[in-house]
Amino acid sequence: MKTFKRTPEEKARSRIMLRRVLKYIRGRRRYVALSLICALASTACQLLVPVFTGRAIDAMLGSGQVRFDAVIGAAAYILGFTVLSCAAQWLMSLSNNKTVYGVSRELRDAAIAKIQRLPLKYLDAHPAGDIVSRITSDVDTFADGLLMSFTQLFTGVLTILGTLGFMVAVNGVIALVVVALTPLSLFVAAFISTRTYKYFNAQNAARGEQTALINEQITGVRLIQEFAHEEASLAQFDEVNERLRDASLKAVFFSSLTNPSTRLVNNIVYAGVALTGALGAVFGGAHLTIGQLSVFLSYAGQYAKPFNEISGIVTEMQNSVSCAARVFELLDEEELSPEADEELKQAGSVSINDVSFRYVPDRPLIDGFSLRVAPGQRTAIVGPTGCGKTTLINLLMRFYDTDSGSICVGEQDIKQVKRSSLRASYGMVLQETWLKNATIKENIAYGKPDATDEEIVAAAEAAHAHSFIMRLPEGYDTVISADGGNLSQGQKQLLCIARVMLRLPPMLILDEATSSIDTRTELLIQSAFSRMMKGRTSFIVAHRLSTIREADVILVMRDGHIIEQGRHEELLKQNGFYAALYNSQFEAV
Amino acid sequence: MNRLRAYLKSYRRESILAPAFKMLEALFDLFVPLIVARMINVGIGESSPAVIKQCFFLLLALALTGLVCSFAAQYFAARAATGCAARMRRDLIAHIYALDASRLDAIGEDTLITRMTGDINQVQNGLNLFLRLFLRSPFIVFGAMIMAFAVNARVSVIFVFTILLLSVIVFTLMKRTSPMYRRIQAVLDKLTLHTRENLSGVRVIRAFGREEDEKRAFSASNASLTALQNVTGKLSALMNPLTYAAVNLGIVAVLYAGGRGVNAGALKSGDVVALVNYMSQILVELIKLANLIVTLSRAGASMSRVAAVLDTEPGMDFPEMEQSCSETDAAVEFDNVSFKYGGAGAESLTDVTFSVSAGSTVGVIGGTGSGKTTLVSLINRMYDASAGEVRLFGVPVREMTKSRVRGLVAVVPQKAQLFSGTVRSNLLMGNRTAADVELWDALEKAQAAEFVRAKPLGLDEKVSQGGRNFSGGQRQRLTIARALAKNASVLILDDSASALDFATDAALRKALNALHGRVTAFIVSQRTSSLRHADMILVLEDGRLIGKGTHAELLERCPVYREIHESQYRKEDAE
Repeated sequence: MKTFKRTPEEKARSRIMLRRVLKYIRGRRRYVALSLICALASTACQLLVPVFTGRAIDAMLGSGQVRFDAVIGAAAYILGFTVLSCAAQWLMSLSNNKTVYGVSRELRDAAIAKIQRLPLKYLDAHPAGDIVSRITSDVDTFADGLLMSFTQLFTGVLTILGTLGFMVAVNGVIALVVVALTPLSLFVAAFISTRTYKYFNAQNAARGEQTALINEQITGVRLIQEFAHEEASLAQFDEVNERLRDASLKAVFFSSLTNPSTRLVNNIVYAGVALTGALGAVFGGAHLTIGQLSVFLSYAGQYAKPFNEISGIVTEMQNSVSCAARVFELLDEEELSPEADEELKQAGSVSINDVSFRYVPDRPLIDGFSLRVAPGQRTAIVGPTGCGKTTLINLLMRFYDTDSGSICVGEQDIKQVKRSSLRASYGMVLQETWLKNATIKENIAYGKPDATDEEIVAAAEAAHAHSFIMRLPEGYDTVISADGGNLSQGQKQLLCIARVMLRLPPMLILDEATSSIDTRTELLIQSAFSRMMKGRTSFIVAHRLSTIREADVILVMRDGHIIEQGRHEELLKQNGFYAALYNSQFEAV
Repeated sequence: MNRLRAYLKSYRRESILAPAFKMLEALFDLFVPLIVARMINVGIGESSPAVIKQCFFLLLALALTGLVCSFAAQYFAARAATGCAARMRRDLIAHIYALDASRLDAIGEDTLITRMTGDINQVQNGLNLFLRLFLRSPFIVFGAMIMAFAVNARVSVIFVFTILLLSVIVFTLMKRTSPMYRRIQAVLDKLTLHTRENLSGVRVIRAFGREEDEKRAFSASNASLTALQNVTGKLSALMNPLTYAAVNLGIVAVLYAGGRGVNAGALKSGDVVALVNYMSQILVELIKLANLIVTLSRAGASMSRVAAVLDTEPGMDFPEMEQSCSETDAAVEFDNVSFKYGGAGAESLTDVTFSVSAGSTVGVIGGTGSGKTTLVSLINRMYDASAGEVRLFGVPVREMTKSRVRGLVAVVPQKAQLFSGTVRSNLLMGNRTAADVELWDALEKAQAAEFVRAKPLGLDEKVSQGGRNFSGGQRQRLTIARALAKNASVLILDDSASALDFATDAALRKALNALHGRVTAFIVSQRTSSLRHADMILVLEDGRLIGKGTHAELLERCPVYREIHESQYRKEDAE
């Protein structure tokens, strides 16, 4: 099996991993110790039960020759060991659960706390799905796999050693037969699983292809209907479907050969034990009683089981080590720079002094950018896609830190201010409309959880969201579904606006805040915005130039620089980039 | 489950042979303790090495034939399971094609995709295990009991009680824990959702400074998950010890009763060994059976989810025979049409009436959610009007055959979606017999000819899943070409030019103008500039038709239209 071969680096890595895992377990030492003691006790008891069964049988010498005191004595031992073993097994499970679930919980809590402290640089660059799977399935696989298999491995090894020990003690010849046949079982399992691997890969490939096609056809089913394309689409589906069926058949069939094959090996061991045992009993050389033979047989019958389990555990452990690595990798990511402890003293004026910033070191984005904004001033930022508009917002909110230069609010450099205090002074409406899977009410009050119902309704009315909210089945108590599917894009944007309306901080950032709203509603919201922006420093990013005509200053950005700056009329008069941009919108058709 | 039976019926040979072979294998397993008993009673008891050797070879032979039977069973089970799953997938996708738009909306794309993939996989696994084990496990459990009776009836009464006790333990525990596992899954889903939200909403969370609250909310769910897992674990951890105890209790009883039997001369010690062996076999198989039931109940749940889709009526009946065409100038007529989406509180269209003469161009305008897309979806009967009547060329759409109503109308949807294949296969979707000349003509009109020609393979250029190898604007032009290639009498452009730059948009409009008089076109847009040359513009607000006329007429008469126009052109600009 290729999984058994590992490079030295991999081994070193899993050692480091193991050390970190042990750190998590340390607090649960008692449970782990209890679990190991219980495993030992339960395995020992379970191995002793057949011994006493054998003794009972040996007490039955024939008609009228049964020694009942011995039979009852053995039975009493069996019952005693059974009770002990059961108690130990149960305790072992409970302490394993305590450890496993506890470690998972601790890791998940640590991970979610980590997310709050990770810079956006990391979060923006890593697909959310990947991080989610690290926190959920990887944590589970890791905890289950590593810790459970640890105890299973322990009991497995104990069982094998105990069995062999007993066999050697009672009869060396039979023990030798068993030991000689042991590798056969491992060999057969390995032989089949390498072959199965190939077929599983083929199945996964076909399945992936079909899933993609299913995705395409189901998202496009309306088109298939509108173009009356059902037959041709079905033919395409059939082709992939047949291939998947073939691949699945092979994968399912070959993987299902492992059990019968190891069972065969086990049966051969069983027959071998029976033969040598019985012959030994007949020729007397082995001094084997019938009862002892029955013990041998019951051991032989279960003998392959721990081997099968252990080979499964090894792959599971490797799997869980790689999951652990992914979890720890997330936990080890560099965090935000330490928090300053100053509060923001005075919001209003903003000055950007010679700021440079780039996401990727070799791709300059903003260079030597300076800007001074007076309190209450309305600044609009326009420019083609990728000119740095959204980046500027990232810097203002301190989602990203500047590479050089400084941004000051009032007299304070924002790096000297607590992030939460800086952000609390901004109200932000972004292009992506993020809402929680919670009620409409909770979502509007997200920035001000203690808001009264009246305040919430007032904010919704100001954002022109009230009327559609009232038309929803539960009004303000309607739960927004996880994917927001029960609201249109425009409605979601209205809710995001209401969320800010409720809080009304001294400064505003509106990034394409009305992009999904039709122009008439937008006009209504604009007037609400205008009221809101009165006396507040605001930054507005928009593609629609109609949105920004009323700004006190319009910055025209291109390639990270301000290329034009002024009021709408002034810029039109300049007849430069802005004028061209503005006029292209109204070209006659 | 009736559906499942129907699928298995088409694999009748496999679904009989698989369990049959498995049973044969089980039968061989059952003989093993008897042979061992003979080895002890006769071989050792009468000191006969020949009998011992004979028994040994018999054991080997049983093991080998068992292996062969088992391989055969696995093969037939795999064949039936994968075959049924493939058929099920095919039936399901074909059924999905047939579902009408409101049914599709109600079920949801995500659900349909998981049922096509995950659920049917579960069914396949369940079916495979079922065919292999559903006879084997009970057969061994009861077979072992019967064999035990054959060895000695009096002692074997113990088996009846042990099996009863085991069944009670296994099924009580499973019944108690399965709802608990469902609750765990629900909490786990909640945690996943929470994590996802924390990532997608990181800017908003930080902007509002709610990091600590999010963390606390997560920790609370996390703690309740752990508590739930521990409680469930306590119960399910009883399974192994209790079953083990039950079997050992049985063994002790067998030993005692067996001892009395041996003492009375009714039994030999080899028989007692055999009885103990049968007892152990029962334990192993019963645990397997319990696992099988867990898998089966999961597969059963999946199967009923699949069946729920298959049982959904297609929702629309199309007549088999075409009604005769009545003579009329009107290409599209709406007669007091209202429409309500299933489950929605309010109507999306209310009492809409208009008539469009053939060959004219109609603009549809209105705010977000005013019903524009709904209106055009009624034209080719993607939905049925809840009241009123929609007519195409004088014939009510409900009286047209499916192929006719869909053939008359070509749609360019809002979202530019292409299918994997080639440019040609996409263009041929609506008109399978179109010649290359026609395709190029459609591409020219859609302003797509240039970039298709620039591709090395031209019409045979590959289109990857979702058309990702083309830019948004190119995709949109290809979807327009696809609709044009259909050569339909009615063309619907549902806000389709949004990804095009101004120059392309203008050229496209010019090309479409050339169709004027031959094709009845519906252009849905948010911008008055795109519609000013239409023969008629329909203005929608909250599902009501509040204006109908040309650009100039509406500017004069319809205040909403005027407002829309002015919101896009400042007064001074428009003048």
